[in-house]
Amino acid sequence: MDHDNYDDGYIRGILNTVKTIAMVGVSANTSRPSYFAFKYLLERGYRMIPVNPVIVGQELLGRKVYAKLTDVPEPIDMVDIFRAPRYAVEIVEEALALTPRPQVIWMQLGIRNDEAAKFAEANGLKVVMNRCPKIEYGRLSSEIAWMGVNTRTLSAKKAQLFGRGIQRMALNRVTLAGGATDAAVRAEKPGR
Amino acid sequence: MTDRIPGFATLAIHAGAQPDPTTGARATPIYQTTSFVFEDVDHAASLFGLQTFGNIYTRIGNPTNAVLEERVAALEGGTAGLAVASGHAAQIVVMHCLMRPGDELVAAKKLYGGSINQFNHAFKNFGWNVVWAEPDDIGTFERAVSPKTKAIFIESIANPGGVITDIEAVGRIAKSAGVPLIVDNTLATPYLCKPIDYGADVVVHSLTKFLGGHGNSIGGLIVDGGTFNWSREKRYPMLCEPRPEYHGIVLHETFGNFAFAIACRVLALRDLGPALSPFNAFLILTGIETLPLRMQRHCDNALAVAQWLVDRREVAWVSYPGLAGDRYHNLAKKYVPQGAGSVFTFGLKGGYDAGVKLVSNVKLFSHLANIGDTRSLIIHPASTTHRQLTDAQKIQAGAGPDVVRLSIGLEDKEDIIADLEQGLAA
Repeated sequence: MDHDNYDDGYIRGILNTVKTIAMVGVSANTSRPSYFAFKYLLERGYRMIPVNPVIVGQELLGRKVYAKLTDVPEPIDMVDIFRAPRYAVEIVEEALALTPRPQVIWMQLGIRNDEAAKFAEANGLKVVMNRCPKIEYGRLSSEIAWMGVNTRTLSAKKAQLFGRGIQRMALNRVTLAGGATDAAVRAEKPGR
Repeated sequence: MTDRIPGFATLAIHAGAQPDPTTGARATPIYQTTSFVFEDVDHAASLFGLQTFGNIYTRIGNPTNAVLEERVAALEGGTAGLAVASGHAAQIVVMHCLMRPGDELVAAKKLYGGSINQFNHAFKNFGWNVVWAEPDDIGTFERAVSPKTKAIFIESIANPGGVITDIEAVGRIAKSAGVPLIVDNTLATPYLCKPIDYGADVVVHSLTKFLGGHGNSIGGLIVDGGTFNWSREKRYPMLCEPRPEYHGIVLHETFGNFAFAIACRVLALRDLGPALSPFNAFLILTGIETLPLRMQRHCDNALAVAQWLVDRREVAWVSYPGLAGDRYHNLAKKYVPQGAGSVFTFGLKGGYDAGVKLVSNVKLFSHLANIGDTRSLIIHPASTTHRQLTDAQKIQAGAGPDVVRLSIGLEDKEDIIADLEQGLAA
């Protein structure tokens, strides 16, 4: 897997398959990026599980917070890591101890740990690094285009509405890759 | 299978536009509405708090404008775009996100006259100070940079003189100074040159010119290159500090490599107000669909006219970088290999009076202040666009008394040349 460039099909396949996402390191602070992503994915129909020992026992947007992955009493499809790269290996170890095992390890925008990725892949898990599932959902559904963002997709098929809400689009949109930008690669990331 | 990246002509037609999800309309609908209903109060709160993507009010965003934004961002190879009311609005929105009172902007001396006015006068009222540099002497940019510098601003092809700026060289200076390079790419358009490939961090456009291309709509656009680290030096509080307007969100941390475009939208466009009409966005989008075809024809016609002018006895000089002997020809071969655009100047041996006479005599050329129209346009800058500048500034800007500026249109080149011929002879 080339972790510098992911095909749209790979990302879409993951976001279309997983249903339960445990977000490790999610914040209860409503102005933090992790809170944004948690809320957005919850509104797009994912079963979101907050994992953060600092706020264990509380509820986040109606969802019970757990201290660690192994405390979660239900199967997890994807682990979304909102922690610094140095914690990634131990989070993957914890994920691999679960029964059943999650199918996907996702590290947030700005987070990359190749050792953790190799470890997860060697155990049959799919890995995404340095991406945000909220941004990727927005990009592939075309919702993010409302903010003027280059989705790097093209389509002559109409976009699909998600549910009955207003301004919500579904992921099952037929597209070609469309963007000739490698700005994501050239970009200097915010310090972490 | 690796994703196939479509070519420029495909992006010019398709990027950002897909059949409407409810009606199936294939052309981009004109969403001529001020506002968008909320599903419930929670949805409204998510939208206002930037927690979800969507439309609230056309001053902040509009689905027709959004197609235009993504289209131009895709053509430029940027991460995101923001459409605004004019090219001038694009510049003030960008600077609002970068500058505080007392800060400095380093800008090339050879710019569109309106930009020179905006920087010298309007920006001064905000306490933003411009320091001018000479695009023909790259070292002047380096010497102009000070600890107060927050940005460097150049035009890829400068208006009106047909000056090609060495974008890559200025980009290196911007990088070592730790400030973003902003490139006005209006005259080249991304068909001829993509400044982000050469180190630009932000690209601005007057859509009024070649992108719209038909002389019917004023508009501007900002493209975020996604390349600048706004957090590194903590010098750009709009991007790297918690924003009180949005309950403490840090935009760069939240939006990553399209944070600048978001800052321009939610901090500058929202609060300064220069929104683009969706109807203008629709007309400009229609223009962009044929940009590659039009731009090539503009360039081919311009080269033919420039070559014809060189041999005329009334003409003292022709400044068109597409000409083999031109001082910018080597830079043109590097930055605009498909053609040097269609706006250029030439000098009349008869000086100011001969310039005034020519613009009065032409019959096919329109005497007006715009450029980048299907129609061929002519102006005598010293008596019009650059009139407010001092004589020294006029010459610096390439708009001395003998100078005539042409914007060559898409008519038959024989007709364009015949009109100039009768205009010079009359």
